[in-house]
Amino acid sequence: MARFLLYRIFQAFFVIIAVTLIVSFAIRLTGDPALMLSQGAGSVTEEDLANIREALGLNQPFLAQYMDFLKGLLVGDLGKSFMGGISVTELVARALPATLALAFTSLIVSIVISIPLGIKAATSRGRWPDQVIRILSLVGLSFPNFWLAIMLVLLFSITMSWLPPSGMEGFESFIMPAATMGIILTATNVRLVRTTMLETLNAQFVMVARAKGLSENVVLYKHALRNCSIPLITYFGLQFGGLLGGIVVIERVFNWPGLGTLAFDAVAARDYPVLQGVITVLSLLIISINLIVDIAYGLVDPRMRKG
Amino acid sequence: MTTQSLSGNNQFQKFKNLEFILGALLLGSISLAVLFSSWLFPDGGTQINLAMRLTAPMTELAYPLGTDPLGRDILARVIIGSEISLKVGIYSSLGAVAVGIIMGLISGYYGGFIDALVMRFADVQLALPFILLAITFIAVIGGGLTNMIILLVISQWVQYARLVRGSVLALKDREFILSAKAIGVKDIRILFQHLLPNLIGPVIVLVTLNVANNILLESSLTFLGLGVDPTIPSWGGMLAEGRTYLQTAWWVSVFPGLAILLTVLGLNLLGDWLRDTLDPTGKTSV
Repeated sequence: MARFLLYRIFQAFFVIIAVTLIVSFAIRLTGDPALMLSQGAGSVTEEDLANIREALGLNQPFLAQYMDFLKGLLVGDLGKSFMGGISVTELVARALPATLALAFTSLIVSIVISIPLGIKAATSRGRWPDQVIRILSLVGLSFPNFWLAIMLVLLFSITMSWLPPSGMEGFESFIMPAATMGIILTATNVRLVRTTMLETLNAQFVMVARAKGLSENVVLYKHALRNCSIPLITYFGLQFGGLLGGIVVIERVFNWPGLGTLAFDAVAARDYPVLQGVITVLSLLIISINLIVDIAYGLVDPRMRKG
Repeated sequence: MTTQSLSGNNQFQKFKNLEFILGALLLGSISLAVLFSSWLFPDGGTQINLAMRLTAPMTELAYPLGTDPLGRDILARVIIGSEISLKVGIYSSLGAVAVGIIMGLISGYYGGFIDALVMRFADVQLALPFILLAITFIAVIGGGLTNMIILLVISQWVQYARLVRGSVLALKDREFILSAKAIGVKDIRILFQHLLPNLIGPVIVLVTLNVANNILLESSLTFLGLGVDPTIPSWGGMLAEGRTYLQTAWWVSVFPGLAILLTVLGLNLLGDWLRDTLDPTGKTSV
């Protein structure tokens, strides 16, 4: 177990270094931030530019700058925005809760839909309910998430005027964004639940539970589902990365005040420190969740401890 | 258990056939539309007709799906827009599969440095969703068709490499490979003539699903203004335009999205059908 832990932590550490390095390198490709910063500032002398570079630490070699960024990261300092010098950490901290709230509601929506559907598909394997669910899942997989969001807005905000088309205010504003991501996630989750359930239903304890005369719902939802929960939680946890990626896009449609909106505003304003901060925080989040899920799985199921 | 699957067998076969027919029908009609698009719409869907701007569908014979804010024919633009999506989807998947097969064969057969590289790359890829990588790089180096395809190849070759690597590891100690080695067949021939044909099934399934996925990614990026040039008709670009007019002209946002949905669905249906045919052990299943 100690070896497995060490290996996984080393691996996560490597990924963090690789991801931050890639992102820092990409941001470096932009050219001279000093020029961008001084744009529209009227007459800019070479001396002004040199001062800005000095202040931002831009006259140091790339690796030194990268080490500075890493040092800052360790103490939670992601640098300063080009726009007004606001701390990036503060901007990210303000936007992160909105994104996380949406991620968790979407995950819950998807779990609530996919568990009964997946179980139904597994128990009617090969017969029509299974096939209908399979087709639905394929259709769900084929939806561009942003278009599904636009269609929901068209239907429920513009045609019916039931729900607010954008923003994050109150419970109602969560419905459409969470439904969009929830539906897209459900398309994959249904198949995961079905596959896991099929394996469990062959187990002897299910036969015993049925032989005892327990009702089918108790057998499925209490005995079988509980035994599926460990692999399922792992799958759901590992989806977090994809979920966050999808939410970044969806936020654009709903003007959701989260990290995606922050990132796109940063792209439009060429505010690269903010973009770097957002991507770094999102990747750190995904890496830690993957790590936690893996370690938790290793703790409960020793077979998973092999690298 | 056995009785259940036996009774379901016939019905399952019918379902599989239906999947194939639906998928082939969808993709067939899209291919036809692409083939004849330049003949049907010689102006490339770019002709502006401000007098007819935002015409609703089914009201004018010349514009069966209506017109956009500049009075351009939506039907023409949807059909011509398929070209961008298919180009990005197909080229990026082919590029990724070519790199992935070579890296996977080497990594599985020889191990060593390439193997370590593939596995570490896979770790990074799992932690960084493509859309974030794309936003970062495209914000910096700019969008466009070529950049998008290159980014997709860079971020996706590794899934093929892993799939191929796994199959090579399972196959390389089998008798037919050992005997080929024993009679002195060259490595390159073992890799491409003996190993590759035995592991290509799941790879083909993955390519089909990958094209579908990349079409979705391309349209997202273009919708966000990070993809292809907005002056070229593309589904994502049309949807970005349509958003502003959602209140008054629903059709501008409905038809391009429907086109994406049907194309991707066609590919997913065929991929699912192929999976049962080419990948019975389920290496590519979710």
